[in-house]
Amino acid sequence: MSEPLLRLGGLGKSFGTNLVFSGVDLDVMPGDRIAILGASGSGKSTLLRCINALETPDEGLVKINGTPLLKADGKGRLRSTERDLCALRQRVGMVFQQFNLFPHMTVAGNVAEGLVTVRGMSSGKALERAQAELERVGLGDKGDAYPSRLSGGQKQRVAIARALAMDPEILLFDEPTSALDPALVGEVLGVIEQLANEGRTMILVTHEIGFAYHVATRVVFVAEHGIYETGTPEEVLKHPARPLTQQFLADHQRFQF
Amino acid sequence: MTYHWNFASVFDNWWALAIGLAGTLKLFVVCLVFGMTLGLFVALGRRSHRRWLRWLSTFFVEFFRNTPVLVQILWFYYALPILAPIEISPFMAAILGISLNSAAYAAEIYRGGIQSIEPGQWEAARAIGMTGAQTLRRIVLPQAIRRIIPALTNRGVEIFKMSTLASVVAYVELMQQGKLIASLNFNPLEVYTVIAAIFLIILYPIVRVTYAVERRLARSD
Repeated sequence: MSEPLLRLGGLGKSFGTNLVFSGVDLDVMPGDRIAILGASGSGKSTLLRCINALETPDEGLVKINGTPLLKADGKGRLRSTERDLCALRQRVGMVFQQFNLFPHMTVAGNVAEGLVTVRGMSSGKALERAQAELERVGLGDKGDAYPSRLSGGQKQRVAIARALAMDPEILLFDEPTSALDPALVGEVLGVIEQLANEGRTMILVTHEIGFAYHVATRVVFVAEHGIYETGTPEEVLKHPARPLTQQFLADHQRFQF
Repeated sequence: MTYHWNFASVFDNWWALAIGLAGTLKLFVVCLVFGMTLGLFVALGRRSHRRWLRWLSTFFVEFFRNTPVLVQILWFYYALPILAPIEISPFMAAILGISLNSAAYAAEIYRGGIQSIEPGQWEAARAIGMTGAQTLRRIVLPQAIRRIIPALTNRGVEIFKMSTLASVVAYVELMQQGKLIASLNFNPLEVYTVIAAIFLIILYPIVRVTYAVERRLARSD
């Protein structure tokens, strides 16, 4: 069996005395699409944010292709240098619930920013690349607009283009459609599905269970401070084995018709 | 009682006022650049991970913000040479007093501006691999400065007016020259009225420029 692209080993996180999760192990192989589900407050977003060190895990490590780029010392501090963390974050792209576009830059500027500032690419080349990424998410004509002029769905697609521009090996999606008007959810899910079809590796925290079922190769259900149940979408979503997963799915399906 | 205003005696000495104006402008520009720049570094110091740097920056702010600028200028001019073997010119004493005081105020303005930027902006920048310094320079400060332009403009205007305090150590600026003219011609009311008018005439266009800058930076809204 080949080396996992991403390995989480014994990852743990508390906020003060409040334990979020501990001992989380997860291997992600190239091409895996992992959907993380769980109740509100179960720590699924925190888990995702620990992977690229936006949250500092208390314990455990994150390896990419066997290289540990993030190591916690067990006391809430990282043993990694800023260089390691920047390297990690360039290889792991992230898309946020609230988009977090840079409002003082144009759409193309947002997408080109990492290439210019982090990669040192010339601004002309970076804008060319940004244009290509914008076309990929269907926003080729919006490069010169400022984010304030876009709809929520467009903003999120720009955020996806911004992450893609850095050529990440893994994409993290943190509830990418939760802040959207229901009518705009489809366009964003469409882009994510297209990336899935290209065989990209991704980890997706979502409440869109139907989407997770169709797109994910594996579902991870988070509860009781850790990974509670995991398996194929068929196993976890259609035939959940454990009570909290069953309860969660029942609650979600209550008002379906 | 009727007072006979005599502005002619002020304008007869226009050259003295011109020399004073040059001194005022020189002091203003130096203090503006120095105070605003130092203020940014002090603000960053207050947000540092290093405890001693935070402590030092906070001490700086509280010390210079809570003592009178007039006393600071006097102190730098008269007391510093006693404590250390250095000669200090009136210009230097005025620069130190006004700049350090302004830096303390500006630091708090910058700090407020930086803190007002949503954490998501830092996160998005870090998530594409930017370092803390790059995030600050490219993402956070450009947005923060846009928000604090009105407050910084206030500070700039205040610096311009604080330059009159340099007359206390006989630095040649408008106020000092005004005092001189007034003592020769016994016309303090006219002289100080003219000085106030000069301040208004110079400051108002500068303030208008900052409004224009503000509008230009707001084009992304």
